[in-house]
Amino acid sequence: MEKGRELLIFERSSPGRTGVRPPTADVPEVDLDKVLPKGAVRGDIEGFPEVSELDCVRHFTRLSNENFGVDTGFYPLGSCTMKYNPKVCEDASRLSGFSRLHPYEPEGLCQGALELMHELEGYLAEISGMDAVTLQPAAGAQGELGGMLMIAAYFRDKGEARRKVLIPDTAHGTNPASCRLAGFDVVEVRSSRDGILTPEAIERLMDDGCAALMLTNPNTLGLFEDNIEKIASIVHSKGGFVYCDGANLNALMGVARLGDMGVDLVQFNLHKTFSTPHGGGGPGSGPLGVKKALEPYLPVPRIRKNGDEYSLEFDRERSIGRLKAFYGNFSVMVRAYAYIRLMGAEGLKRVGEMAVLNANYLKERLKGHFHLPHDRTCMHECVFTDRLQRRYGVTTLDIAKRLMDYGFHPPTIYFPLVVDGALMIEPTETESLQTLDEFIEAMKRIAKEAEEDPHLLKNAPHTTGTARVDETRAAREPVLRWTGSPPTNPDHCT
Amino acid sequence: MEFPKDLKYTKEHEWVREEGSVVVVGITDYAQDSLGDVVYVELPQEGGSVTKDEPFGVVESVKAVSDLYSPVTGNVVEVNDAIIDSPEVINDDPYGDAWMIKVELSNAEELNDLLSAEEYQKYIEEEK
Repeated sequence: MEKGRELLIFERSSPGRTGVRPPTADVPEVDLDKVLPKGAVRGDIEGFPEVSELDCVRHFTRLSNENFGVDTGFYPLGSCTMKYNPKVCEDASRLSGFSRLHPYEPEGLCQGALELMHELEGYLAEISGMDAVTLQPAAGAQGELGGMLMIAAYFRDKGEARRKVLIPDTAHGTNPASCRLAGFDVVEVRSSRDGILTPEAIERLMDDGCAALMLTNPNTLGLFEDNIEKIASIVHSKGGFVYCDGANLNALMGVARLGDMGVDLVQFNLHKTFSTPHGGGGPGSGPLGVKKALEPYLPVPRIRKNGDEYSLEFDRERSIGRLKAFYGNFSVMVRAYAYIRLMGAEGLKRVGEMAVLNANYLKERLKGHFHLPHDRTCMHECVFTDRLQRRYGVTTLDIAKRLMDYGFHPPTIYFPLVVDGALMIEPTETESLQTLDEFIEAMKRIAKEAEEDPHLLKNAPHTTGTARVDETRAAREPVLRWTGSPPTNPDHCT
Repeated sequence: MEFPKDLKYTKEHEWVREEGSVVVVGITDYAQDSLGDVVYVELPQEGGSVTKDEPFGVVESVKAVSDLYSPVTGNVVEVNDAIIDSPEVINDDPYGDAWMIKVELSNAEELNDLLSAEEYQKYIEEEK
């Protein structure tokens, strides 16, 4: 075994080795081919790993040690809100009354769960200034899709053929994708030199063929859309809706309400803002809040409260139907509920304030060392570029890789697309001044290294088990499953 | 970075070469450099049509996915299928082997809207 490379579980395999030996069957064996239709019986899997329990435990423990999470270190991944999630929220979600609940539990036996969901809908409506909320979407992008499907249904009912949705050039990639999936054409709106939308740009593009404007506030440059009220009134005057991607809600929470700014729909990324760990593939949760006009179109089932009793309502004529099996990702809802109750109104307000303060602190301290394309007060994140370092042949990617040697997760890079060589840093509210200062020091040293020893950056990281992976080859020649033999050239991943 | 004088350019970073009644279209050196390693490209079918300023394909790099915008309107008479299997050619030889489509022009006057090498170079300097 080469030093540093953890063997694949397949490579550890030895024929006949096993972790668990089931007892000899005490019932007669049945030939599956005789009782099941052809095609329903799986054949052997070539190369299926055969390892002992200990091999298996060690393999996955070692892999987990190579992982980096917010519990390991600072994780300033912009637009992802990788903040710390209080462990008490994890604890709450593991209470057996929640974690062992079966989705087919009769309503009478899961009143507590329904009450929690109903109250959470109310909290989210209050935080965002919306009239009604569904908890069903499985993640942010499904919330977006649900919202756009509701808008499509609304205009179908009114007999209006509105085909277009306006989306700013700073948008998350999911926004245009959600619109296309819902059958709309996307029209890109260019941001101004200041990095925000202008009423003039919206005025020029908004017409009665436009169903909605889909924006993110604060946007992905970490800037508050100052003209939001004016922009919303232009969209409304032409009969359209304003959808806000709530991915960056952390910055506003408890301070300002999107509904009060003219937003008609917003999804909440509970896995970002409301205390669910993410980055490992989920599950997420993307509840969707809407204003009154769209309430009839919300997905079913809706949770109803009659006196002290909660029930599920399925019979809603204008609903877009179901978005997800059962009721959404319930355990994430429990964490969000626990978090909101834990923080209280004052605490949630402090979240937004501290997230914005921390980002501005980083921005001011790093300004001058790194190029800051939009030099104005930011919200929860700030965007630098590699322009000052490029003269030494050092790029954003090199800076990001070198940060790993200092024990930090790199920020988001090369996004938003409107900024060439972007480094997008979101510190979140949960980091101490000490951690922020350590990060600032590391960034300053990297800026100096770029000048004095660019090769140090070009070859970074030096301290991780794996240095640079060949992303290009991985994308051009993806190997997506075990092919029966180890990689022919493991060096490409050194 | 090179910008051959005999080509015409767009602000969306495509180039156009006139070859009799058809034009050849690709993306510029600046475009491939900004994108980084190209890993995937999607082109229209031969026999299809393209419209000026409308997307005709997609190019994906390790950094981003971008639309390809057609500099002209017309029928696609030939497609460079070779770059679909080896998209790295776009990085290696953007003006040569990495041509993308050949278009039979519907309106030759559209060529007047395109930028010269000098104008394009000036434009990207300003954009930086």
